[in-house]
Amino acid sequence: MNLTLKIWRQKDANDNGKMVDYPISNVSPDMSFLEMLDVLNTQLIESGDEPVAFDHDCREGICGMCSLYINGEAHGPDRGVTTCQLHMRKFKDGDTIYIEPWRATAFPVIKDLVVDRSAFDRIQHAGGFISVNTSGNTIDANAIPVNKHDADDAFSAATCIGCGACVASCKNSSAMLFVGAKVSQFALLPQGQVEAADRVMNMVKQMDEEGFGNCTNTGACEVECPKGISLENIARMNREYLSASLKG
Amino acid sequence: MGILNSSIGRKFAMALSALFLMVFLLQHFAINILSVFSADAFNTASHFMGTFWAVQYLLQPILIFGVIFHFVMGFVLEIKNSRARKISYAKNNGGANSTWMSRNMIWSGAAILAFIILHFIDFWIPEINTKYILGDMSGMHNGELRYFHELVEKFHSPIRVTAYVVAFVFLALHLLHGFSSAFQSVGANNKYTEGLKKFAKVYAIGIPLGFIFIALFHHFTGH
Repeated sequence: MNLTLKIWRQKDANDNGKMVDYPISNVSPDMSFLEMLDVLNTQLIESGDEPVAFDHDCREGICGMCSLYINGEAHGPDRGVTTCQLHMRKFKDGDTIYIEPWRATAFPVIKDLVVDRSAFDRIQHAGGFISVNTSGNTIDANAIPVNKHDADDAFSAATCIGCGACVASCKNSSAMLFVGAKVSQFALLPQGQVEAADRVMNMVKQMDEEGFGNCTNTGACEVECPKGISLENIARMNREYLSASLKG
Repeated sequence: MGILNSSIGRKFAMALSALFLMVFLLQHFAINILSVFSADAFNTASHFMGTFWAVQYLLQPILIFGVIFHFVMGFVLEIKNSRARKISYAKNNGGANSTWMSRNMIWSGAAILAFIILHFIDFWIPEINTKYILGDMSGMHNGELRYFHELVEKFHSPIRVTAYVVAFVFLALHLLHGFSSAFQSVGANNKYTEGLKKFAKVYAIGIPLGFIFIALFHHFTGH
């Protein structure tokens, strides 16, 4: 396959950045998208140019590091996959492919396609945990009965890998699917009940302070989420928040 | 007002005002459709709504507050959301993951606001003038209740009828997203959601279509 790549290049956080065209040839349909970028970077290095910076780690759809807004969609045109799981067979010979970083004020570009997603870390630190005594007297979690339906929903919420595709896809750059998943993960389990009210209040407060937008329920986040996190989690977070607000 | 400082609080307030306005719209339609079947019934219902103290001094102020709040908050949210992404994508395929209606609530809302201004000039301001400035609470004109006559007179103009039809198309687009969105915002996403979405479509298309029918009916029959 011969392709034209239009890639966002930005030297550092202070650079204005611009889209740059890169023709690339002999791309195998069996390559993953990141392997295709590896090939491009090899060519750039051999010709003495600066390689394109992009995030990646596990390359098996688990870590949430790879991002990329490809042809107008987070993680590209495929569904239920991260960029590392996207294959070039999804494109046609002669295609022009736009490759951009996540766009959100709360996710500033560090370089090229790499953005700073530490806002998600700070939201997690604000309440995305349970306080458990780990000094040797920890109770086995399996000793606490949990309704099967709640356990399944909590597990589904916990599959969020924090990649930020929800923010990138949302026209408002809202992080509510991420925060909704993290709140739901604990709200559904008995272990999460003790800190439930503080958790949702603190996480939403942090989310707002980070500069994410307001959710308008377009549902784009749910469609583009590589882990299929449901909008039900946002509704649950809304209920948790209102309940916590009323309790004061 | 503290809750309005949070994103979820604002979302909840938008949803509550939307739900109230949707109930009001249904009530408005129920009275307007009477004009198609019986001028007397429409006159009686309109006179009751226009003079009953609870409607005038309790519900009307709440309605006006609800309308103003919904529009002001809608524009505030739009400005806040635009700040959350200062640099746009060079290529964005929004249609791949969301409906046109959900992405353009601000534009359908602006069209509805323009219509409400026209509607206020047409009906509400003259009504307030007659009742509370001139002090005529009788509802009478030339020996009969005036409401039906005023309604029919307004729909003589093809330009006004066209404006009404276009506005109600935008209202349908707004409701196609807004109805079920309001329930999601107040935390109602459960086993009833699929059924609710189907009902939302019936409401979002049916009610505006009904208003369009009323405008066209009076325009063409000219009663």
